[in-house]
Amino acid sequence: MIDIFWLIPLVPALSTLILAVFGEKLPKKYISFQACGAVFISFLISLYSFLGLLKVSPEEYPIVKNLFTWIHSGNFQANLSFQFDPLTAVMALVVTAVGFLIHVYSIGYMAEDRSYSRFFTLMNLFTFSMLVLVMASNLVLMFVGWEGVGFCSYMLIGFWFEKHSAANAGKKAFIVNRIGDAGFLIGMLFILVYVGSTEFSNINNAVAGGSLSHGLVTLIAILLFVGATGKSAQIPLYVWLPDAMEGPTPVSALIHAATMVTAGVYMVARMNIFYTTSETAGSVVAIIGAVTAVYAGTMALTQNDIKRVLAYSTISQIGYMFIGCGVGAYAAGIFHLYTHAFFKSLLFLAAGSVMHALSGELDMRKMGGLKKYLPYTYPTFLIGAIAIAGVPFLSGFFSKDAILTSAFAQGQYFVWILGILGAVLTAFYMFRLIFLTFHGKERIEPEVKKHIHESPPVMTVPLAVLAFFSVIAGYIGLPVVLGKNVNWFDRFLAPIMHKGHEAHLTIGTEWLLILISVIVALTGIFIAYFFYLKKPSVPHTLVRRFPFLYRLLYNKYYIDEAYDYLFVRPTLKGSEFVYDKFDINIIDGAVNGAASGTGFFGKVLSFLQTGFIKDYALVFLLGAVILLGLLIF
Amino acid sequence: MAVFLFILLSLTCIGSILGMILSKNQAHSALYLILAFVCTGGLFGLMSAPFIAAVQIIIYAGAIMVLFIFVIMMIDIRKGLSPERKKWILYPSLGIGLVLIIELIFILSNTLVPSKAGTIESFGSPKTLGKVLFTKYLYPFEITSVLIIAALVGAIVLVKKKEEK
Amino acid sequence: MIPIYYFLILSAVLFVMGTVGFLIKKDLITQFMCVEVMLNAANVAFIAFARSASSLNGQIIVFFIITVAAAEAAVGLAIILLVYRQKKSIKTEDSSLMKG
Repeated sequence: MIDIFWLIPLVPALSTLILAVFGEKLPKKYISFQACGAVFISFLISLYSFLGLLKVSPEEYPIVKNLFTWIHSGNFQANLSFQFDPLTAVMALVVTAVGFLIHVYSIGYMAEDRSYSRFFTLMNLFTFSMLVLVMASNLVLMFVGWEGVGFCSYMLIGFWFEKHSAANAGKKAFIVNRIGDAGFLIGMLFILVYVGSTEFSNINNAVAGGSLSHGLVTLIAILLFVGATGKSAQIPLYVWLPDAMEGPTPVSALIHAATMVTAGVYMVARMNIFYTTSETAGSVVAIIGAVTAVYAGTMALTQNDIKRVLAYSTISQIGYMFIGCGVGAYAAGIFHLYTHAFFKSLLFLAAGSVMHALSGELDMRKMGGLKKYLPYTYPTFLIGAIAIAGVPFLSGFFSKDAILTSAFAQGQYFVWILGILGAVLTAFYMFRLIFLTFHGKERIEPEVKKHIHESPPVMTVPLAVLAFFSVIAGYIGLPVVLGKNVNWFDRFLAPIMHKGHEAHLTIGTEWLLILISVIVALTGIFIAYFFYLKKPSVPHTLVRRFPFLYRLLYNKYYIDEAYDYLFVRPTLKGSEFVYDKFDINIIDGAVNGAASGTGFFGKVLSFLQTGFIKDYALVFLLGAVILLGLLIF
Repeated sequence: MAVFLFILLSLTCIGSILGMILSKNQAHSALYLILAFVCTGGLFGLMSAPFIAAVQIIIYAGAIMVLFIFVIMMIDIRKGLSPERKKWILYPSLGIGLVLIIELIFILSNTLVPSKAGTIESFGSPKTLGKVLFTKYLYPFEITSVLIIAALVGAIVLVKKKEEK
Repeated sequence: MIPIYYFLILSAVLFVMGTVGFLIKKDLITQFMCVEVMLNAANVAFIAFARSASSLNGQIIVFFIITVAAAEAAVGLAIILLVYRQKKSIKTEDSSLMKG
């Protein structure tokens, strides 16, 4: 029953084609039905294949379906082949399930948009690309999906391209991603040269068999990770993600939760053999992840734009996933990816619902006290915030704890401390968001207040479903302290994850770590409560006491400006210089020269064209006579 | 007898073509050409191709030349005979013609096919030719009819005067 | 029986007369006639070869050449007529639009 899994990406692909060709002519109702239906069918097939996978013994992983040979050139061969194993199953389920709910939500959110069919075409294409990415059985096809999500994110972030900032944000996302892609591509070529194949199974065998030198493995691992930092918005290539808020909110949800930023984490987990073999590369991943987690968290502290706070929180949470992958706990990293998909899409969609209610208002300083106006959005948002903050018994707690425990167990104490610090920040800024938006004094503008309304069911029902999963999703990966085999998720993924050296903690230490996590989360929430509900004057005092620090955070460490100064402007200047000197003089000169040279010779030769038939006939005959003569003598 | 006929016909043919070239009047040229075609028809007859000979006379001398004469009648031949632009072309033309005929004769003398002894009586008769034409060459034959229709339509379309708007 | 050689020489002579005629005549109609002469020269050669090879294919080809010549004459003369209408002259020297 598993052998139909290769249909998973093809259903959205078909739907994309139909919508792309006929979309403008179809009624909105049908478009939404088909777009959502396609993703839902994909989800059903994923579920079906997943159930089938449970019956297959781990030795047979991965199940590969080769559709046809795509490129065959010399020694190089790339197949259009999909594979299915536990990692793919988890990713496919997350992508289709969350994707489906976001599609449904979009029906309500985009109802008034005039490019309705374009939106759903791209959404389906986005889902398709991501499914190709996670189901590809070789790096080349994976790269196709990888570029596909890059392209779709560009199109969707710049969806309202009439808006200058949206178009720029799309370009920024594309270019920053491109830098990462270059790293990924170079890594891929290294693999191609030294392994001779891009099939994952061959790569795994080659690395496990030790046919690659240690330095080479590290190099490839780092190059691939460069690609991951681009796609997954890690230091130093995270700058595109906050700007990606220019797109419609469902797009942000899709990018952050299901399709885009998780690609990097998936890729690292898929190539886990590299990061297990090379501890240097693993440490780099863990440290980058940890630093990003804290760094992005501090930037989220001062933002007033509700979606921007969520964007920085995503960067921070992805940092956690990389910590997990870096310390060898790939299952924990993927587990966090999976729980994060639910609560982050929930938070985004709820934020979209708030925007919807407030006629597009994003500034939290103009909100407050929305609790009573939004009876459905508020509780779901709250659940999402609790889950991400790491309060016990919700999904985020289990996954974050699994990661931090692994980091501690591996002796990466620096990473662990950063992770704890990030957790405080997460709890703090999420509840700052909640309190500023839903509690306290109303600061809504009177004009906006007249139109305030709760969103339609088509938007609130997905919120409820996501909230439900945000609560329960963590229970398939319970911590070890509750028993040896309670972490089903870990066991499910274990066959394809290469274990480094095992490290075990005593039960007492584990309990201690959990206790620390809980305390940390509650502390963050309490500080937020104290600052923004109890004594709203405290933040202002702090700002006045540390104006430099505040401005640094508020301006996001001036990184955008620094990048602009360091990279963008020199590039522009250099391009202008090259344009002025090289392009105009040499390239244009060569082209124009060729043209005028042709013209000159044409003019010279045109004297032969007398226009008289007889002259032509004479020359023609002369030629014939000469040829005949040559033939004879 | 046959050789005598051949010499008579070929000389007449060459002579009438010379006349066609040298005559200043297109109508005379056309008449000379008809005579030349008739002579060629006779020569075909000498080479055991009676059917082709008939076709040559009927179509060439009859149909095609009538077309020529019609067109000549429609054109005011005296008009447009302006002074010569250049005369020099005559000499290179003659020179090239001379070289060409030497070359052709040289080639032809090298590619002579040995004549098969004793041709059959009915060789080239309408009956045998018709048999080949309608069996082996049926498709080319039918396609020729399409060509002629196309030429007919094309000629009419070309010559037809555009209606004034 | 007349030797084939004679016919081939005649064909060559006719062909060259046609070409030289084409080169030295100045009006389209006579030039066109010269083209017909060249076609005819080819016909003579074909018939001669057909007899020497005892094959009917040569005669068939001549038959087709005559048919095509008829079609060609029809279209060619129509074109000459058009040129005359445009230029009020059939002298080739008056049609030199192709001059570079």
